[in-house]
Amino acid sequence: MQETIANKNFKTEPYQINMGPQHPATHGVLNLLLTIDGEIIKKVEPDLGYIHRSIEKMCERDSYQQIVHLTDRMDYLSSNINNEAVCLAVENALQLEIPERVKVIRTIIGELTRISSHCLWWGVMGMDVGALTTYFYGFRDREMLNDIFEETCGARLTMNYNVPGGLMLDIHPNFIKRVKEFVAHFKTKIPEYDRLLTENVIFQKRTKGVGILSKEDAISFGVTGPVGRASGVSCDVRKHHPYSALDKVTFKECLKADGDTFARYQVRIMELWESLSIVEQLIDNIPEGEHRVATNAVIKLPKGEYYQKVETARGEFGVYIISTGTKNPYRLKFRSPGFSNLSALNHMAVGGKIGDLVATMATLDLVIPDIDR
Amino acid sequence: MNISLSILTNIHDWLFRVMPEGVASIVEMVLIGLAYLGFFAVAGLFLVLMERRVAAWFQLRIGPNRVGYQGLLQTMADALKLLSKELTGTVKADKFLYNLAPYFVIITSLMALAVMPFTQGIQAFDINIGIFFLIAISSIGVIGILLGGWASNNKFALIGAMRSGVQTISYELSIGLSLLTMILITGSLQLSEIVEVQKSGWLIVQGHIPAIIAFMIYMIAGTAETNRAPFDMVEAESELGAGFHTEYSGMKFAYFFLAEFINMFIIAAIATTVFFGAWLSPFGITESLPWLGVFWFLGKTLLLVFLMMWFRWTFPRLRVDQLLTLEWKYLLPINLVNIVIMALIVWLNLTIKF
Repeated sequence: MQETIANKNFKTEPYQINMGPQHPATHGVLNLLLTIDGEIIKKVEPDLGYIHRSIEKMCERDSYQQIVHLTDRMDYLSSNINNEAVCLAVENALQLEIPERVKVIRTIIGELTRISSHCLWWGVMGMDVGALTTYFYGFRDREMLNDIFEETCGARLTMNYNVPGGLMLDIHPNFIKRVKEFVAHFKTKIPEYDRLLTENVIFQKRTKGVGILSKEDAISFGVTGPVGRASGVSCDVRKHHPYSALDKVTFKECLKADGDTFARYQVRIMELWESLSIVEQLIDNIPEGEHRVATNAVIKLPKGEYYQKVETARGEFGVYIISTGTKNPYRLKFRSPGFSNLSALNHMAVGGKIGDLVATMATLDLVIPDIDR
Repeated sequence: MNISLSILTNIHDWLFRVMPEGVASIVEMVLIGLAYLGFFAVAGLFLVLMERRVAAWFQLRIGPNRVGYQGLLQTMADALKLLSKELTGTVKADKFLYNLAPYFVIITSLMALAVMPFTQGIQAFDINIGIFFLIAISSIGVIGILLGGWASNNKFALIGAMRSGVQTISYELSIGLSLLTMILITGSLQLSEIVEVQKSGWLIVQGHIPAIIAFMIYMIAGTAETNRAPFDMVEAESELGAGFHTEYSGMKFAYFFLAEFINMFIIAAIATTVFFGAWLSPFGITESLPWLGVFWFLGKTLLLVFLMMWFRWTFPRLRVDQLLTLEWKYLLPINLVNIVIMALIVWLNLTIKF
């Protein structure tokens, strides 16, 4: 009798809470429906659709030149790499011979985009675990890159620098000088990142052993990019299927076996160094030549199916085009890295605390428009 | 002669000359209350500005510098804006508790201010259980946070409030015990006497090693007590949005906000009093000018406040279970051992005195 009264009075039950669509940690309009028991997470259900713009359907309406412009509205932090994917797919389909100069410049800007994206991620990662200052450090270095991009193509974020057949414009005369300045500057700043955040005891306690994703799970969830590599999955498209000038440079694939939040963090920091080294290898060897080969004003892909994948800052980005020989694709599918990475979130976060969920989500580096196209 | 004290004595004498005793006492109390309210407001606004400027300095920014000289009036403008804002609330909130909560928080921090020894004789309320009073008062503040989080009928606020309860109750122990370590030297809980003892050396020097340990524990626990990063579980912006004050707006939010800063000031002021000799100047360089004590007191306090701001803008946030582990598995045992060591030192007369 006594016991039933006690149970009645102190009955506990899991409750649901909406994390998002307006929440500081979800970085956009992601809505996570959390089932929590006190502080412990029982279930995470991502609820998508808040920023759906039916980009894939819009692509069926647009010409191939126009499709390029839609891709940087998806993963806006890797806009240039996304553009490159569509351009490569179209160029491969047309069997265009692309000048070496274009390939090298595409690779340099792609790697700079990756650095820029990782800078922003690093700042936001710090902010998510409570160190607000990192945000400004990340943005300081990103600003230099944005200035370079602005000078090169007029846009800072959604660049649209690539067109099928090459580049929209040639590089600015200052480009090489400024990139070298940036590389020299950033080499002194990554150790600063390490001193401020990586080596912090609290940060390591917050991230080590948190949100573990095993290699098998990573493969079965289709997780790619730094998230997959932190679980030991060798999935760097740049290494396995090199595109543009990536077959001419030497770099190592950043792999970690732990699969926890700290490993994902470390992989990204290592990638900063690798990207810097790629840029350094190429920046002095930009070949002379045309920045663009002429294509027809109306591009018609031969009938068939085409797939091109690239490595964005978040993982494998794929473009799958089915063409019936007209000026529009019959069907176009984007394989966005964020979508697969998000699918693993429930698996990683269950059993952890709310704080762990936030830290895990930060290392997934989600860009919501990429997930929700 | 202590100029400030003599001015105050003159005012006191004059009041009692022109009025009957009872009326004079009440008038005096009201005047002192108003003076403290004024100080409270000015200190709160100044600390907010200081935090913003310090944060900007850490974060490669400039910070507010447009309103008034170097942005001195910025927070004043912010406060006026908050005053003029509509007070919104949730429909299903417990209206009474919801409205009561901010006052709990702000009144307790105002009360704690009353026992601070700003300089010799400038202390509204010199009770013989001063330290005990401070600890007792500071634990009431958490009730405001709990009430606010509970009554606003918001799950995020509730999680924040519960975290706050857990955190404050845990860290209260460390604060109490680390101050108790120092009380072993002074032998008195009265703040004015604690200052008196330090005329032969600040307590952090007198108590050397255990005092330094106690100071470190006190600062950690004090930061946790004020719910500031790296212990800002209560607000945990990236986890809970705004935590317990999610549903508060306008001046009610400002009360919570100001109280946080005043609490930080109080924690630093207690540390100044107990460890760094309150208004005493280093090496007695301005001993002949006791009214300068106010500057020494505020200077030392602001230095410690700066230290707490430094914590906030550098460290990531702990997780809630790590927070409790830190307290119960590390700070508390260290503290208990530290008290024994301090007791031995006092017993064997190993304190350093000048």
